[in-house]
Formats: sequence, structure tokens, C-alpha cells
Amino acid sequence: MKSNKNTLKVFAYSYLIFLYAPVLLLPIFAFNDSTIISFPLNSFTFKWFAGLTQETYLQESLKNSLFVAISTSILSTCLGILASRASSRYEFFGKKSILSFLILPLFLPEIIIGVALLVVLMQLGLPLSLWTVILGHTLVCTPFSIAILNSAFANMDMSLEEASLDLGETRFGTFKRVIFPMVSPGLIASLLIGFTISLDEFIIAFFLTGTETTLPVYIWGQLRFPAKLPGVMALGFLMLLLSLILLLLVEFFRRRMNRTTDDQVNVQFGNLFKHDKKRTRDSKKNHS
Amino acid sequence: MDRVKNWFSSDSSRGLTLIGLPFGFSLLLLAAPMLLIFFLGFWTQDYLVLDRSFSLDNYIEAWTEPMYRDLMLRSLGISAAVTLATVMLAYPMAYFISFHGGNRKALWLFLVTIPFWTSYLLRVFLWKVILGYNGVLNSALDWLGVIEEPLTFILYNANAVIITLTHAWAPFAILPIYVALEKIDRSYLEAATDLGDGPLKSFLRITLPLSMTGVVGAALIIFIPTIGDYVTPKLVGGKDGLMIANMIQVQFMKANNAPLGASLAVSAMGIVSIISLVFLALNRRWLRKRGS
Repeated sequence: MKSNKNTLKVFAYSYLIFLYAPVLLLPIFAFNDSTIISFPLNSFTFKWFAGLTQETYLQESLKNSLFVAISTSILSTCLGILASRASSRYEFFGKKSILSFLILPLFLPEIIIGVALLVVLMQLGLPLSLWTVILGHTLVCTPFSIAILNSAFANMDMSLEEASLDLGETRFGTFKRVIFPMVSPGLIASLLIGFTISLDEFIIAFFLTGTETTLPVYIWGQLRFPAKLPGVMALGFLMLLLSLILLLLVEFFRRRMNRTTDDQVNVQFGNLFKHDKKRTRDSKKNHS
Repeated sequence: MDRVKNWFSSDSSRGLTLIGLPFGFSLLLLAAPMLLIFFLGFWTQDYLVLDRSFSLDNYIEAWTEPMYRDLMLRSLGISAAVTLATVMLAYPMAYFISFHGGNRKALWLFLVTIPFWTSYLLRVFLWKVILGYNGVLNSALDWLGVIEEPLTFILYNANAVIITLTHAWAPFAILPIYVALEKIDRSYLEAATDLGDGPLKSFLRITLPLSMTGVVGAALIIFIPTIGDYVTPKLVGGKDGLMIANMIQVQFMKANNAPLGASLAVSAMGIVSIISLVFLALNRRWLRKRGS
């Protein structure tokens, strides 16, 4: 049994090396003073990062990408809230089939989604723009939002919601003051996942983008020009840093919010719900 | 009147009202486009003019033209190889995290997902740098004295596509398998050990069947989408590693023959769906046999 564990450990670390191999090369070539992306390395330089500030086309596409990613994350989170609230709280006709239909894009090749939307837009005579990219991305991100928010809504203690309704709060007020704070970590996670997926999505964006391009479409164009590659590496490295900071922020907020909601519940309800809270905590333990 | 009023404040109506918007969105942007693309395959296009009369020509061409058939078979082979390799590598990793992760499970899951926050295009491109003739792998092996001549079978062919995609889809296999393993009640394993099963036997009889939902989920979530990847084959596949999605893309963009592209896309989707359904049915039968 002991040797089993050690073999697995060796495997796990070698697999990690495989997973990290391309990522580790990114900073190496971003700081390497040579236009050719290969070993041996030359001297250390910052010039590729400095060069990025002069690429106006890059800055345009970065702005476009941020607009698309923010809109997508908001739209898909809104759709996700509606769907997962419905599925975790209510029973209705056709629930299972509707939900599996909503998460279908997760199992579809992106090229099919891109091509199908392109055909519809062409038939309707609608011009391609950033909004068409947003529609495509929302379709792909909604299943992720539903998955995240489903667990947030399902983990919620329903007795708090019932108590609020019994004590005379309206449905909307209950949503705002009881449900929303409790699912907000899930909301932030969903917004962030949508943002990151959309920011990096290329296949659908390539089909649906008009004259204004997104960042991955810009990078795709640059990959053909060897002289542009080191700059692209520098850009990729910056994007990786940004994603890591965002991820750490999510983790930080999630922990802080878990603590504050717990405290609020304690202060507001005193000892009334102590028993119930213990129960939910135990059931959470069983879940994870 | 009361019955109508009751229905409107019932759980059923509240649920349907809530889910109506996302459902409508998906109907409009997913179901309708898919139907249209299905019909588009039966139409024909002459440069920019679309002829809407019914014709089977595109489907006949998609299924009989040797070039398309070869591309389709190769794509299916590559997707199957990627699925198998990813799941085989991800399972031990997920098992290690779930059973031996201790209190560092969250850290391990975090470590496993970080590489995938790098731009997808750049990751594929960097594999080209690793696998190339003068690439990182060849220079490292040469430096270590393992090889005399650079290895050439790892770039610009199907192998390169398989390696790159196996890397790209790793978390999509690790996470569902991990979740399935976490759900297994550990007391079953203790019971099996108490009743005299060795580690291998209890793994084959308890852990593997109970984690099969994760494995099947991982397999489907990798097998179906990889058939539609055209970035990886284009960047690292060379001439012999191109896949059906590259042809679909060419038909829609450069060749200006959307109907043929649509019939190729629908055919590819149809084939992977049928393979997936057969796979699901076989797995269900296997699990039932185990259960009885």
C-alpha cells in the first residue's frame, strides 16, 4: 500500500511537469533577447514588453475583448441565476430535459456552434459585430454558470429563506437580503469563469467577429509573422499574470464572504438558528 | 378562476417562469441554428447564390469523396486516441488527489488548473516550440545524449495533434473523475478489505465501477468537442495531421461553399453522437452486469 502511494506520487509530479511544460516556456521567451523562439537563449530584455505599448491594433483588440468578456460574463451569470434558481428550488414539467438542453453547448464542438450562428446571421442579413461574438460566448458560458450557481443555490439553507418570508419580507426583499448574500460567492465565481472563458475563446470569435477583432483573433493573426512572436509571448505572459491575480482574488473574496455571512447570521438571528446552522454545516461536510 | 390563480402561484409556474428566459435564449441561438445548418446541407451554393431546392448532392459528396472520408476517419481516430490518453493519465492523478491528497486537495486542484489559464492559442503554439526539429525536447534529449538525430515523428503529424490535445483537455478529465471519486463512501472500501479483498480487487470491484460516471463524463466532454478543433491541427498537425474541422472551416470561409461545409459538419456531429450513444449503452450494460 505504501509503495502504491509512492508510485502514484511520482506519477502525479511527472504529470504536473507535462501540464506545466508550455506555461514555463512563456516567461522564458518573453524575456529572451532574440526574435527566434528556440534555445539556446540570449540575454535578458524588457524590450518586448515595451514594444507592446506601441501596438495600437493590439490595444484596440484588448479593449474589444474586455467589452466582450464583461458583457458575456454578466449575461451568462444572469441566465445562470434564473436557470439554477428554478432547478434547485422548484419542480416543474420537463425540468430535466430543459436543463440538459441548457448545458448541451458544453458537449458540442465549438466549430459547430460558430458555424451555425454564422449561417443564421447571414440568412437574417445581420452584420457581424462584437455583439454577435457576445451572443456566441454567452451560449458557451451559460452551462458553466449554471453548474457553479446550481451548487451555490443547492447548498443554501432553505429555512432562512422561509423565515424571512414568514416574518413578512416580500419575495424580492428576501432575494435581495437573504438569498443574494448567501449565493454571492457563487455569483462572483460565475462572473469570473465567464470572463476568463470569453477572454480566451478563439474558435467562435473567429467565425463571428466583424471588422473589430478580439484579442485571440489578433494573436492568431500575429502567429504568422515570426518577427511578432516575442511580443506575443510577452502579451501571453501578462495575460497569465492577470488571470492568476483574478483567481486569487476570487479565492480571497470567497473566504471572506463565507465568514461575513456566517457572522451576520449569528448577529441577526442570535441563538435561534444555532441548531439549524449546525445541521447545514454537517450536511455540507457530507457533500464535499 | 381559482384554479388558474393557484397555478400561477404554484411551484411549477414559478419554476417555468424563471427558466423561460434561458430556455428561450438557447432555443433561439442553439436549436434554431442547428436546424438551419441541417437544412443548409440539402441546399446548394454557386459562388454567392444560394439555391434552396432540395438536393442530396452535398451529403453524397461528403460521404463518398475519398478525401473527406479519410479526413473523417483520421479525425475520429485522433479524437478517440486523445480521449483514451487523457482519461488514462487523468485517472491516477484524480485518484492520487482524492485518496492521498490529505488536507492539500484544494492546492492540488488549483495546481492542476493553473496552466489552463494561459491563452489557448499560445499553449498550442508553445507545443510547436517544444516538439520542433530544433525544439526544446530534441535539444534536451540531445544534450542528455539520449538521441543522435533529432526526433521527427513528434511534429507536423497526427502524433503532435494527439500530444497537444491530451495536454489541452487534462482538467476536463481530472475534475469530473475527482468529483466521482470523492463521492465514494470510504466505508465500502474498508468493508471490502475486512472481508478479505486485496487492494487491486477492491479497486476493480468498488472504486472503478463507482467512479465510472466521472470517467464517462470526462470521455464524452473530450471526445465530442475535439472532433471540432481546427486550431491544433492547423498549428502542429502539418499536412498529415489535418482534421475534418479544418475542411469545414475552409468550406465556410475560403471555398465559399457553406452547404458542403454544413453537410460535413452535420455528418461529423452525427457520427460522434452515435459513437457516444453506443459508448453510453455499453457502459450501462457493463455496470449492470457488475451490479448483479
